[in-house]
Amino acid sequence: MTELPSLRVRWLQALALASDAEAERFGQSFGVGDAAFELLRAPEVGLVMARGRAGGTGTAFNLGEVTVTRCAVRSSGDRIGIGWVQGRRLERARLIARLDALLQSAPSKAVDAAVTELEAARAERQAATARKAGATRVEFFTLVRGED
Amino acid sequence: MYVAVKGGERAIRNAHRWLAEERRGDPDLPELDPAQLREQLALGCDRVMNEGSLYDPDLAALALKQARGDTVEAAFLLRAFRTTLPRLLSSVPVETAGMRVTRRVSATFKDIPGGQILGPTFDYTHRLLDETLGGTDAEIAPAAVAEQPVDPVVPRVLDILDADGMIQPEPAAAEGEPTDLTREPLLFPVGRDAWLQNLARGDEGFVFALGYSTQRGFGSTHPFVGELRVGTVDLVVEPEELGFPIVIGEVELTECEMVNQFLGSKTEPPQFTRGYGLVFGHQERKAMGMALVDRALRNAADGQEQRGPAMDQEFVLYHSDNVQASGFVEHLKLPHYVDFQGELETIRRMREAAAREEGGE
Repeated sequence: MTELPSLRVRWLQALALASDAEAERFGQSFGVGDAAFELLRAPEVGLVMARGRAGGTGTAFNLGEVTVTRCAVRSSGDRIGIGWVQGRRLERARLIARLDALLQSAPSKAVDAAVTELEAARAERQAATARKAGATRVEFFTLVRGED
Repeated sequence: MYVAVKGGERAIRNAHRWLAEERRGDPDLPELDPAQLREQLALGCDRVMNEGSLYDPDLAALALKQARGDTVEAAFLLRAFRTTLPRLLSSVPVETAGMRVTRRVSATFKDIPGGQILGPTFDYTHRLLDETLGGTDAEIAPAAVAEQPVDPVVPRVLDILDADGMIQPEPAAAEGEPTDLTREPLLFPVGRDAWLQNLARGDEGFVFALGYSTQRGFGSTHPFVGELRVGTVDLVVEPEELGFPIVIGEVELTECEMVNQFLGSKTEPPQFTRGYGLVFGHQERKAMGMALVDRALRNAADGQEQRGPAMDQEFVLYHSDNVQASGFVEHLKLPHYVDFQGELETIRRMREAAAREEGGE
């Protein structure tokens, strides 16, 4: 049994994977616009080398690079917030970093509920694609030949 | 010999101005937005991302627009762009077993757990031009939706075969950091990690043709597609400042596992061997070609007799990269006046010498 990810891991991931509208709504609901932050590392675009494994399970190899953006802030409550997101997305990385700092001292029940909502929205997007894929699943029929 | 030549600045400036006008095409037609290319020429963007070795669909679309649809030129633009960015990290290796598949087929087993999933494929189309796509805003019927989605995790077909001991197991993961060809020179012989990276960023046409050559006798593969899968995987990094891994996005990948008949040797029983291909986006030809060439290179590394260019590491790895090839071949278009003058002189002198010898006889 693998350990369940911590609430902080869940919000860092859910905020990176949310749609723009979802992330913005989430930020508003935690008052991110009203809080003060010190910028420790301005949003910075860089590269992550994506790795694969030979045969899916064997020796690691470098598949190719992916653009990413990172950011770090300190909240007025002296919490360090870290933001990482795939793509060249300065605003999203900043938003994640700010929220990461804020959420560390927010009531965990409210955070959990809001993160669960983001996760459910992503799961629904994935399920919609999985249902389209399901419609292209081949059903084989065995043809019975009549000569016996 | 190289002598700097000056001049032509005005001609170059004007050539590029004209290029911009040509790129725009007929101004009475609406201009393309890169987002349209990203959405509607997605496979072209995927090719640019692979050969540019940079996953960023928006940048690939922009590059494709800037390059007027020339995918090799567009890949070059991405390669140049990536040099302006710092490398922050390497990802945790992607978990393709956990891929959320949009397509997954096996040519070796009909009844596989999870099923044969065709996805949005060109296969089984009749390859007839569709004139209804000719610029009309014809209504597109939405994709069919099943009650039953595909499973979130679809087992690997080769694991099923593997369980019977009929297929060579994947060798255990090597220790240490994999070779990175963006930072280290090619020093032969290279390991599998290096050639997989090289093939993943290689030219689709070259990799595909080499794969094809192995089927036609210039190699030693008797391949079947054990599994071809397309879908998205999580991109996981472990930033130092966090100290734990997190998902920061997702990438679409195509993965191909080829199985090949192997008649056995003194040390190994007859069995199926494997070849592996993994590429960005939806790029089936590239993934299949890569898997065939991987097998051919492994056969050569295992000491099998070299039966074609695909089994020759140096030949494959030195010639797969179309950005490097462009650099070397296309530089021949640039002024070589002095070099050529030098060679002309040499030829003249040789002729004069020959004429003197004839005259002296």
